[in-house]
Amino acid sequence: MTNSKTESMVAGRGVLMALGLACTLAACAGPGGHPKDPLEPMNRATFQFNEKADKYVMRPVAEVYDLTPLPVKTGVANFFGNIADVWIGVNNLLQGKFVDGLSDGGRFLLNSTVGLLGVFDVATEIGLEKHDEDLGQTLGRWGVGDGPYLVLPLLGSSNVRDGVSLIGDFRVDPLMQLEDVGARNSLGGLRLVSKRAALLGADTAAEEAALDKYGYMRSFYIQYRRNQIFDGQPPREKDPDDDDSSDNDKAATDGNAAGPAADKSSSPNKKESLE
Amino acid sequence: MKRFTSLFATLVLGLGIQFGAAANTVAPDALVKSVSDDVITIVRQDKAIQSGDTRKAVTLVETKVLPYFDFAHMTRLAVGKDWKQASADQKSVLTQEFKTLLVRTYSNALTKYRDQQIDFEPLKAKPEDTDVIVRTKVRQAGAKAVQIDYNLEKQGDNWKVYDVLVAGVSLVTNYRDEFGQEVRAGGIDGLIKSLKDKNTRLDPTTAAKK
Repeated sequence: MTNSKTESMVAGRGVLMALGLACTLAACAGPGGHPKDPLEPMNRATFQFNEKADKYVMRPVAEVYDLTPLPVKTGVANFFGNIADVWIGVNNLLQGKFVDGLSDGGRFLLNSTVGLLGVFDVATEIGLEKHDEDLGQTLGRWGVGDGPYLVLPLLGSSNVRDGVSLIGDFRVDPLMQLEDVGARNSLGGLRLVSKRAALLGADTAAEEAALDKYGYMRSFYIQYRRNQIFDGQPPREKDPDDDDSSDNDKAATDGNAAGPAADKSSSPNKKESLE
Repeated sequence: MKRFTSLFATLVLGLGIQFGAAANTVAPDALVKSVSDDVITIVRQDKAIQSGDTRKAVTLVETKVLPYFDFAHMTRLAVGKDWKQASADQKSVLTQEFKTLLVRTYSNALTKYRDQQIDFEPLKAKPEDTDVIVRTKVRQAGAKAVQIDYNLEKQGDNWKVYDVLVAGVSLVTNYRDEFGQEVRAGGIDGLIKSLKDKNTRLDPTTAAKK
């Protein structure tokens, strides 16, 4: 029993290595590689591992969880959303968004009491909107560059800045303050499953939409984080005149671009304005 | 004097066009709202779509949504710089395949629709603008609202959507890297082939035959 398990793990590792090798041979990070992804071969290997872990563990568990009635799922999501609001508020304050920060504090007080420990999100009902902040976004706001794209084991898409910031987010995570290891782990597990279940549907859309899921997820993450850092109002990235004669930013940052040199020099830093 | 007359004529003509436009054109935010309301009303009543009937969802999208989208523009944006090296024929095939891919993918997403509520933010645009963003928020219980923005361009008297952004991610330009990779590997024809293969794989009828 244990033997066959170990064997399959070894085989799995072999597959991973083969994939990594195939990727190197196909020159994934060759001259045509993505400028934001110098670690592509390693990232692809981690991505393949994550896909397997998701397919065989996370997704099936999330699918079972998804069978629970909606009010239960909402309550669970609200509960974890509520304890996250404190750190979200702190990050808003760190970014100088005092109104948002105070509103997050108000949300936490209201939902923890009237909302019965956060199970009911009464704050949203009365117009205190839920925000989404973390240390990586705060650093981004402060002008810290995102660094190379990074796929983290099990956690998925990230970059050097956001990956390192996760350690900070993790340390102040209310669940991590729990002394009872059993409670901490089961609550942590439940939160993970709840978050994964919320993505059911979106994950199949990505699967269907992408020619190369790895590349699709990478573009997605880069755009998504940029939007988060600017709170949904990022400066326009698109060229004002997007007809075929003018090059786009991505093409301009692409070292292999065959487009006119004049266009290349005109736009490459619009996208990197954060750095 | 002559100059004055022509100036006057231009002014009158200009006003005429403006009034004409104001009378015939549906405002971009009103357009997005009426199309989404239509679609949601149908999905809410249609048990087949709710239980995952992709074909029916595709038909719904094709009749109710497609007329308001400019797929040639979307494809051009998705392909980016390589668009220039495509021939007219290649451009039209690319547009057709990209359209099929997007319609299939997002029709499928419709079958997942439950009771989300869509809020429309007030349109920030001047009357003379020909390129606007209609911002919406899709609210769902237990999560932060998802921002969905539509980019519209005025073509004659009509507004057409040329990009959709979900949580700030353009469903169109998100393809640029991938498409660029395909073109570098196999030229425009290589990209067309990849798109065709992908669409064949997604189509339940061809998949069933295999």
